[in-house]
Amino acid sequence: MFRSRKRLLAVTMVVGLAVTAGCSESGGKKAEEDAAGGVGAGQANTERITVAMITHGAPGDTFWDIIQKGAKAAADKDNVDLKYSSDPSSGNQANLIQSAIDSKVDGIAVTLPDPPALIPAVKKAIAAGIPVVALNAGIGQFEQSGALSYFGSDESLAGEAGGTRASEGGYKHVLCVIQFQGQVQLEDRCNGVKKTFTGKWTKIYVNGSDRPSEQSTIAAKLKQDPSVDFVITLGAPDALAAMGAIKDSGSKAKLGTFDFNPQIPPKIQSGELQFAIDQQPFLQGYLSVDSLWLYKANGNIIGGGKPTLTGPFLVDNKNVDFVGKFAAGGTR
Amino acid sequence: MSQTLAAAPAPPAGDERVARRSALSRLLARPELGALVGAIVIYVFFFIVAAPFRDAGSLSTILYQSSVYGIPAIAVAVLMIGGEFDLSAGVAVTSSALVASMFSYQFTANMWIGILVSLAVALGIGFVNGYLVVRTAIPSFLVTLGTFFMLRGLNLALTKQVTGNVATNDVSNIDGFDSAQNVFASQFTVGGVAIKVTLLWWVGFAIVATLILLRTHIGNWIFAVGGSAPSSRAVGVPVKRVKIGLFMGVSFLCWFTGMHTLFAFNTVQSGLGVGNEFIYIVAAVVGGCLLTGGYGSAIGAAIGAFIYGMAELGIVYAGWNPDWKYFFLGVLLLGAILLNTYIRRRAEASR
Repeated sequence: MFRSRKRLLAVTMVVGLAVTAGCSESGGKKAEEDAAGGVGAGQANTERITVAMITHGAPGDTFWDIIQKGAKAAADKDNVDLKYSSDPSSGNQANLIQSAIDSKVDGIAVTLPDPPALIPAVKKAIAAGIPVVALNAGIGQFEQSGALSYFGSDESLAGEAGGTRASEGGYKHVLCVIQFQGQVQLEDRCNGVKKTFTGKWTKIYVNGSDRPSEQSTIAAKLKQDPSVDFVITLGAPDALAAMGAIKDSGSKAKLGTFDFNPQIPPKIQSGELQFAIDQQPFLQGYLSVDSLWLYKANGNIIGGGKPTLTGPFLVDNKNVDFVGKFAAGGTR
Repeated sequence: MSQTLAAAPAPPAGDERVARRSALSRLLARPELGALVGAIVIYVFFFIVAAPFRDAGSLSTILYQSSVYGIPAIAVAVLMIGGEFDLSAGVAVTSSALVASMFSYQFTANMWIGILVSLAVALGIGFVNGYLVVRTAIPSFLVTLGTFFMLRGLNLALTKQVTGNVATNDVSNIDGFDSAQNVFASQFTVGGVAIKVTLLWWVGFAIVATLILLRTHIGNWIFAVGGSAPSSRAVGVPVKRVKIGLFMGVSFLCWFTGMHTLFAFNTVQSGLGVGNEFIYIVAAVVGGCLLTGGYGSAIGAAIGAFIYGMAELGIVYAGWNPDWKYFFLGVLLLGAILLNTYIRRRAEASR
């Protein structure tokens, strides 16, 4: 590209100078560094075991990242070698379970979004003497699969909590925004909202992998039906798109969301967001690994064979200051 | 009388290849005409069935969505005229946004530095795509499929490595954010209707691309390369440089769209953009590009993106059952392509 070394050198120097001259006075990494924190505890002296965590999470999704961080925190504490893998398609997820069995891990933590496809693989693992716990999805079927415990939220229950909260606010028409078509747990949330909400209920599908498109689709819906006075999104990043849509369309609608990320607490503090329904993904990951360790080390079963609920946990302006601190660190 | 008739010399028969055609017949032969008719038909259709669609504000929302699809689609169309595909375009938008955001945040540098670094990285991606295609002679469909997956992996892995999360940090309080937002993601009001600045850029890029295609040597080269690379090489067209340039053109407009996404939403999630590469190709094809190369138009791609945005949002404005949304979208797009093909055949037959 560059004709001579001299010219390359010159360009490098100019860029370097520009970087030093172009420092930002506000924000950025510098501002973050003094707010650093994290979750950590000592380490157990039990022998090292290997736990496979196999989920249906899409790579690059904030939510699954927090589950993984919880699992990692427990693994560090319990002297566990954690092997995380995921695949959104249930056939591939079943194969991942099989490969965990083949590599003779000491415990498996698995999500059950599609129980008929995954239960046979779970049963195989149990037959091979590997303890299994379920997390996040499959609350209705985990007992049938033979898994020891279940850590997660009941999606319908979470939806109902959202519906109740919106009804209490006196809203008349709620719009439920679904960011991916054909996912059972997302539909469950919206149907839960429908169940307890006292006014009119409408849903809409948007393209969750394109923010501008998501924003304009929600804006279009608000225009099409101006009676909508409350919007519920099913994921934290989607709430940010909905916020833009409400502004764009000149709608007076208020907003609530499921799930949580570092951008959510400031929006609740500023009043742009009424509430966020958290299912505590960190806890789901943490408890899954910790429970397998407890089972191995001391024969305990958390929940005594019944589901252990990690949500719904409602965050609003009353508790946002407390919870927000941890969200900023990316663990809440 | 009969003498004068006989004496009148017959006018020399003009060569029909160089004859000037009437303005109408030239218009009918344009590749984007079918798309234009399709756009009008779909617009009128939704104007009748969906009351909120008639509002000027709704048109502005549709134009915004169309512009965000349409900006990369223009470059993708020009690339397709040159006979190549780019499947990495959708995730390249996200890559650009991630690079700009993470660079400025991590080095606490002025936003504009991040923007320039990101531009350099984006052009680099385009160069690599183009270089691999011309150097290996492997179809671009396969080469860019590879870079698509690589970028998808890089987006996630590097973001995770750098920020510890899968989304970038909020950059809205970094110096230079506001001026960058003015350029890439501002809005203004005309007659009470809020217009996003991307609309102007979209129109501007479409005009520039059209001028390049129709009024310059490079434009001729692009059509020639897409029509037949060996014959254009034989007449002295720098085929390799043209193709690499076309890929860099795509990555430039992807970078632009990435900057818009960053400054409109302050943070970027690393998994975004997957699937959009097909929307760009759909817009180009609906707008009259042939999948085989050598034929098409940049304005057509802009109209194609408008058709896509209008169909996608029109379904919402009409309040149809959301479960059926993608079915209706498919029907409308297929209809637009059929209409386009029909009009082009009629235009060619009548010449």
